[in-house]
Amino acid sequence: MVPLSWYLGLSALLFTIGAMGVFIKRNTITIFLCIELMLNGVNLTLVALSGFFGDVSGQLFVFMVIAVAAAEAAVGLAIIISIFRNRESLNVDDADTLKL
Amino acid sequence: MTTDQLLEWTIKIGVIFFILLTTVAYLSYVERRVAGWIQLRVGPNRVGPFGLLQPLADGLKFIFKEDIIPREASKWLYLIAPAAAIIPALMSFIVIPFGSSVTLFGREITLHVTRFDVALLYILGVGSVGVYGVMLAGWSSNNKYSLLGGLRSSAQMISYELSLGASIVGVLLVAGSLDLVTIVEAQGATSGYWLGFIPKWNIFLQPIGFIIFFLSAMAETNRVPFDLPEAEAELVAGYFTEYSSMKFAMFFMSEYFHLITVTSMATTLYFGGWNGPFIAEYPFLSLVYFVLKVFIFIFIFMWIRFTMPRFRYDQLMALGWKVLLPASILNLIVTATVILFVN
Amino acid sequence: MEKALFIIIAVIAVAAALNVLIQRNPLYSALSLIGTMAALSVLYVMLRAQFIAAVQIVVYAGAILVLFIFVIMLLNAPKQQLQIDKQKGLRYLAIPLAGLLLAEAFYVVWRVQDIAMPVVKEGEEAVGTTWSVGVALFTHYLLPFQVAGVLLLMALIGAVVLARREGDK
Repeated sequence: MVPLSWYLGLSALLFTIGAMGVFIKRNTITIFLCIELMLNGVNLTLVALSGFFGDVSGQLFVFMVIAVAAAEAAVGLAIIISIFRNRESLNVDDADTLKL
Repeated sequence: MTTDQLLEWTIKIGVIFFILLTTVAYLSYVERRVAGWIQLRVGPNRVGPFGLLQPLADGLKFIFKEDIIPREASKWLYLIAPAAAIIPALMSFIVIPFGSSVTLFGREITLHVTRFDVALLYILGVGSVGVYGVMLAGWSSNNKYSLLGGLRSSAQMISYELSLGASIVGVLLVAGSLDLVTIVEAQGATSGYWLGFIPKWNIFLQPIGFIIFFLSAMAETNRVPFDLPEAEAELVAGYFTEYSSMKFAMFFMSEYFHLITVTSMATTLYFGGWNGPFIAEYPFLSLVYFVLKVFIFIFIFMWIRFTMPRFRYDQLMALGWKVLLPASILNLIVTATVILFVN
Repeated sequence: MEKALFIIIAVIAVAAALNVLIQRNPLYSALSLIGTMAALSVLYVMLRAQFIAAVQIVVYAGAILVLFIFVIMLLNAPKQQLQIDKQKGLRYLAIPLAGLLLAEAFYVVWRVQDIAMPVVKEGEEAVGTTWSVGVALFTHYLLPFQVAGVLLLMALIGAVVLARREGDK
């Protein structure tokens, strides 16, 4: 049997890699991908705890997170497309005027 | 998990793999013969009796052709794309029940590799991952026709996946399970007949769902009249324009694998799977029924391919989003309401 | 046996996640992220959360990342645009901060008391099957479910409005 702490450790590692990516990367799409990575790290924690405690709530939480991630991807990518149309750039530093 | 079980799985997977490869090779032959028959031509009839060795000759030709990688292509993706197309196409077969169970060597062997709780979702997931092969092939070739073909086909596959999924949910509501084996057994003789002779196949409960499923499945497999991704007259060969040799053959094969997947899904979900008369006495007949039903469907697909003209791209998208998706949601609501009142 | 499987899967997941950062072209990053998603789906199966594992593949690998790749291909940005220079200063700040975060997380994990996974009894519906998730979703969590539906509708409309060009009918 794989102990609980291994799952939690892996999810912490994935979350950290995602957070590091948000820090380092300047490309809007890559930052977005790193946010998805962080969400997945948290999802693993929830599913692991749900499995080990025998309570289905954690998995429902993951279900909701996935739904929100889908909504977020749709809106976020639409925003990226319209910023790219106006500024011809994917750099987050170019989008600093709080408007399109 | 014992060694026996592991051995059984390995043998089953091997046998299914072998049968599928042979079937796919011969489907290309059957397709051309059917095309010839429908369009009053002859079709391949030179290699061997009735041209039966034609697939073999084609295979040899594919192997000996020069394998070209375009200079401007992004190499790794170009190499990965055919594999990304064919592996998901093969993966879905492990959950499809080909028959009930037979006794061989004193051991009861079920004619499906495995069954699990979310088999149907698994097939949908694996099918949706199949888009990557097409997208990557289109992008990595660095060719405008490939890119357009790749974009078109990924948009088409994503759009029609929705109505495909929504039409399947109707069956789920009727059967109350995502496990394909349970769905097939629920349509069997053990659950009785309507009016004494009509089998309890889902097609009689979900006729509209089946029509939506059928149209979306045809679009998912990129066949005429939905073959926009490789519309020869406009896009050369669509996303695999730049591919040659065995890599081209892999795309070709993955399309036929998808064809077999969707036809076996149509059989399993709507036409009672391997059910038929006398399977209790002769379990081996179940396999025959399944293969027969699948081949009838494949024939219908080919028939449509060689009699219908191609859609225009905007018509295709309008059909998917404005007709099939609302219709499938309406079907879902009606089904759910009826089930609520019947139970 | 199970531990070895976990280690293989975990290595794949972490390597794919690191590759997201290493690659300069967002297309390769997105493709690499598929590896992490698939690996996590396997871990979910190991945790007996079959339904979530299937949803992970269908939604993440089959829809969200396809959308990302679609947008990257559609934008067709020039190469230098796609590979914006990384800011060197931030990188030197990021690595110690990441180390700190990781150290903190591992300290917490190290303090976690290990418990055994509950055994599924015969005739009892296991946690994680479609049945158990469905029952919980449509009874106890009905309101969040409906809110999620409204959220998805809002996202749908918002995406259409945002991505539409000015003057499109």
